[in-house]
Amino acid sequence: MSFEPKNPMLKWVETRLPITGMLHHALYEYPTPKNLSYWWTFGSLAGFMLVVQLITGIVLSMHYTAHVDLAFDSVEHIMRDVNYGWLLRYMHSNGASMFFIVVYLHIFRGLYYGSYKAPRELLWWLGLVIFLLMMATAFMGYVLPWGQMSFWGATVITNLFGAIPVVGDTIVTWLWGGFSVDNPTLNRFFSLHYLLPFVIVGVVILHIWALHTSGSNNPTGIEIKDKQDSIPFHPYYTVKDLFGLALFLIVFSAFLFYAPNWMGHPDNYIPANPLVTPAHIVPEWYFLPFYAILRAVPDKLGGVMLMFGAIAVLFALPWLDKSRIRSARFRPIYKQLFWIFLIDCVVLTYIGGQPAEEPFILVGRIATGYYFLHILVLLPLVGMFEKPKPLPASISADVLPKKSSDKEASNA
Amino acid sequence: MLKLIKTLSVAALLTVVSIAGAQAAGGGIELKSATWKHEGLFGTYDRAAAQRGLQVYQEVCAGCHSLRHVAFRTLADLGFSEAEIKALAKEATFVGGPDDDGEMFDRPGQPSDKFPSPFANEKAARASNGGAFPPDLSLIVKARGGFENYLYSLLIGYDDAPEGFDLPEGMNYNTFFSGHKIAMPAPLSEDGVEYSDGTPATVDQMAKDVTVFLAWTAEPKLEHRKNMGMKVILFLLLMSGLFYAVKRKIWAELH
Repeated sequence: MSFEPKNPMLKWVETRLPITGMLHHALYEYPTPKNLSYWWTFGSLAGFMLVVQLITGIVLSMHYTAHVDLAFDSVEHIMRDVNYGWLLRYMHSNGASMFFIVVYLHIFRGLYYGSYKAPRELLWWLGLVIFLLMMATAFMGYVLPWGQMSFWGATVITNLFGAIPVVGDTIVTWLWGGFSVDNPTLNRFFSLHYLLPFVIVGVVILHIWALHTSGSNNPTGIEIKDKQDSIPFHPYYTVKDLFGLALFLIVFSAFLFYAPNWMGHPDNYIPANPLVTPAHIVPEWYFLPFYAILRAVPDKLGGVMLMFGAIAVLFALPWLDKSRIRSARFRPIYKQLFWIFLIDCVVLTYIGGQPAEEPFILVGRIATGYYFLHILVLLPLVGMFEKPKPLPASISADVLPKKSSDKEASNA
Repeated sequence: MLKLIKTLSVAALLTVVSIAGAQAAGGGIELKSATWKHEGLFGTYDRAAAQRGLQVYQEVCAGCHSLRHVAFRTLADLGFSEAEIKALAKEATFVGGPDDDGEMFDRPGQPSDKFPSPFANEKAARASNGGAFPPDLSLIVKARGGFENYLYSLLIGYDDAPEGFDLPEGMNYNTFFSGHKIAMPAPLSEDGVEYSDGTPATVDQMAKDVTVFLAWTAEPKLEHRKNMGMKVILFLLLMSGLFYAVKRKIWAELH
């Protein structure tokens, strides 16, 4: 680390704790491939959304009451009486959806460009850990307003643990803190919903650390070979990410200000009632693909295992994908499979929101089967038999000579 | 960039379709729809309709339905004057206290009070309504799929049960209610209220008016929200333009 601050104060600090040097390295000089497309913006957008959720969440919790008799009313108090409370709450609830949107795009970008392959396996794993923590946090957050979907969603999801042989029921009682979803459940969910985001922050730091150790992947999937291939993060990617952020905020604002309840469910404006079950219990949209996989199996334990398995197999991806070529740009067959897999995930999302009846059950089973077929069978096979296109000599060789012919590169 | 936008819009479309599909799953019956002035990018609540709607709520709905999240003072947003609000609040009686002797006493309502509930508790409400519990109306418009159109349809959807339809004693037939059997008897009848502004009180008119009022009780900050949204989005458009120009300039040195 060659950074030397000019300010004597900073110099004094730097010799004792090289924090400015670390930040300078991470945000300023970090050598970044010069050809990153806008698909690489979603990582920093996810980081931005984490901060938005933290800030709005901390302020909301100053006005929220985690008690079964008061939670619903305290949310309405926020919506009506707290200054800009409606803005904070809609930012937080729509922010959760936005967070998942950018993270899903970030994940699919990783899948397309093979960002999970050596030497980035740990980086990929840490990302999946963040994703799991996000799901846990979002699920518990959705319970807090204590509406009908909050209550019944919590009941359905916590009951899944009852499928575990022998100790299932004991675990469920332990999770609930009682014999049904009740006040102790709400209290611990609030506590954990406040805790987990800070755990996410910790894992995000590890994620960025791992990223800066192996360096960013790029649309060609080949590593930086010399100085020609890389540019400093600042100002090139700071300004590019800021432009991406501004565009993203327009989309966020469109939902926030003009359709704040569109991604929610009307039933969650009905206070929780343990005696009345909603006609269809559906989770938030970002859980729908996993919900579809859960329901694809008639057996409860099987469904639960398959649902967790759907994420578990992603951890094995770096070893399941046998191809040594990263980017789908040079993998003609994998490229097709990627898009089919993406469509399969959209189908699962749709099925997850439908009632459990035909033809949705059958379609859900086929889509679930294909999900695992793609990851466990097609991916290893394609890697063995696919004939990749010739790779460019280097990143700059890919970008510079045919600037006008390659749209992706000219944007980078 | 163009490719990215194309891919993103296709993805957005697919997601919209799949989520919209998920939401439509509950419905089934085609609702009657009306034009609501508070819809759209610049929509604001129709003050006159909302004020008439308050009258309908008070004279018709309030006998059974509470409005427990709404404070009298917030009626100022609908154009009521301070004096009118005070007078309205005073008509209600609340239990105050305890006083210095530890006794509870009756006191008139104040603007800071919320609308009083017609029943002391859910059991009392059920006892007076043949076992059914009239839901609180504060959020009813947001709490039912179909939103304004659902409430409006429900209020005008009472009809005679078709031949052979098994309607239990004490239930009523409603075209738009799930299962068509609803405990609430048709609440609105021609000239059920007498509007002070001279608007003819047809069932359709009253249904529309009370729907506007209850849309406001469900989402009282709608106008502030849309107003702010317009400014924020205009600012963001400007900012995107600036960032794009700066980005072009900085990156130009590279190529």
